[in-house]
Amino acid sequence: MPERNDIERFFDPKIVAFFCNWCTYTAADLAGTARMTYAPNVRVIRIMCSGRLDPQFVLSAFREGADGILIGGCHPGDCHYQEGNYQALRRFILLKRLIHAFGIEKERIRLEWIAASEGDKVQRVINEMTETVRRLGPLDLEPITKKVIDYMSVTHHEMVSISHRGSS
Amino acid sequence: MKKPKVGFYWCASCGGCEEAVLDLAEDILGVVAAIELVFWPVALDFKRSDVEAMDDGEIAVCFVNGAIRTSEQNEMVKLLRKKSQLIAAFGSCAQLGGIPGLANMFNREEMIKEVYLRSPSVNNDAEITPKEDIQVNEGNLILPALWDTVKALDHVIDVDYFLPGCPPPVNLIEDVFNMIVEGELPPKRTVLAPDVALCDECERREKKPDKLTLKEFKSPFEINIDPQECLLAQGLLCLGPVTRKGCGGACIKANMPCTGCMGPTGRVRDFGAKALTAIATSIDSKDEKEINAIVDSILDPVGTLYRYSLPASFLHRHYEKMLIGGSK
Repeated sequence: MPERNDIERFFDPKIVAFFCNWCTYTAADLAGTARMTYAPNVRVIRIMCSGRLDPQFVLSAFREGADGILIGGCHPGDCHYQEGNYQALRRFILLKRLIHAFGIEKERIRLEWIAASEGDKVQRVINEMTETVRRLGPLDLEPITKKVIDYMSVTHHEMVSISHRGSS
Repeated sequence: MKKPKVGFYWCASCGGCEEAVLDLAEDILGVVAAIELVFWPVALDFKRSDVEAMDDGEIAVCFVNGAIRTSEQNEMVKLLRKKSQLIAAFGSCAQLGGIPGLANMFNREEMIKEVYLRSPSVNNDAEITPKEDIQVNEGNLILPALWDTVKALDHVIDVDYFLPGCPPPVNLIEDVFNMIVEGELPPKRTVLAPDVALCDECERREKKPDKLTLKEFKSPFEINIDPQECLLAQGLLCLGPVTRKGCGGACIKANMPCTGCMGPTGRVRDFGAKALTAIATSIDSKDEKEINAIVDSILDPVGTLYRYSLPASFLHRHYEKMLIGGSK
């Protein structure tokens, strides 16, 4: 095995995973009950459907310190809500280009179809993703972002709008 | 009754916001009669020392347009913040970073090279570029520092109100002046425009299909745009579904798609991500290859999705092109 450099040895990537309630989250549950071990780097967030994944969640996670984002949904044709996973796919493809245009490696986001019975696939994908992100190193957006976080949490939450008193 | 003192200032902007004030036409006479203009460098002869001589909080409302990208702009808005009771970000650049904010996809050195050396219309054999500090016979000359990252006004000072638009629509400006004169200002940190998407007031609303099914995105020059049909349904990247209304659909009326200058509605934290959702959702395909091909027809994703809001977005700027150790 090739020797790891210092960053790879000491860097523990933070990966945020958005798993759909009906397939991938259930599969992760199965992996747990079956006592499969996998990298502890993933923080799983359950969403009702991969189609619920707002691209704002992904960008916000990067902003708050995630090094990678994993999205899990039902296999094509298996969506509990018929079409949600196709919406996720369309957004994912555009989002991947967007973050690449910002100079962030495409490998930092990954979309996988994992059915409820595929606990072993959860294990494999999480391990692979952790290794990929470990090799890429930290996504250190911090130096330029401190102020932006302040701005976001203040401005957009509190921006109430008045009704238009317009003269036209 | 004492007239409220009002100031205007511009930072990294094109001057269009100042023009928008003049677009009040004859109504401006009423405005000028009801307020006292104490600072407006673009129109009247005021100097920085005039502002420095004021008491703290002497200006009732100061309107600042333009993004912040130099040390001078930063100092000036901090001074105005001290001297003003209320600061209103006037226009998209001050609110979200605006068009100048697209410079965040590059870095300062690249930009200076492009403008002063590489641009085809430039003849600069001596390769002279602006310096912050230069020694000449007469002494030491200092210019304001150009930042690597363009910021919105709210990144450098506290902002009380936001007036969106590029430039803000005249009727919204008029509303604000009336509020100031009547002393009926809404709660602080309000965006002074209706919190509903543009589609709501679009005259083509009835023509918008329930489900958009697009196989290709087009640029306005590529097609003969039907003046009645929904622009999105014609394959144009119209950002009406995610953009705040209040402009009366001026671009739509001119048969051009909305580019999103009014910014996001209240609950949206990242305009581009929301626009991405709207655009991706209208793609009619379930096949990865085909979706990729359709997405290929969006020529400039960042410039399209974040045209007016890059500095205020989650990602804020190009990540690799950040100047390490560069100023700001």
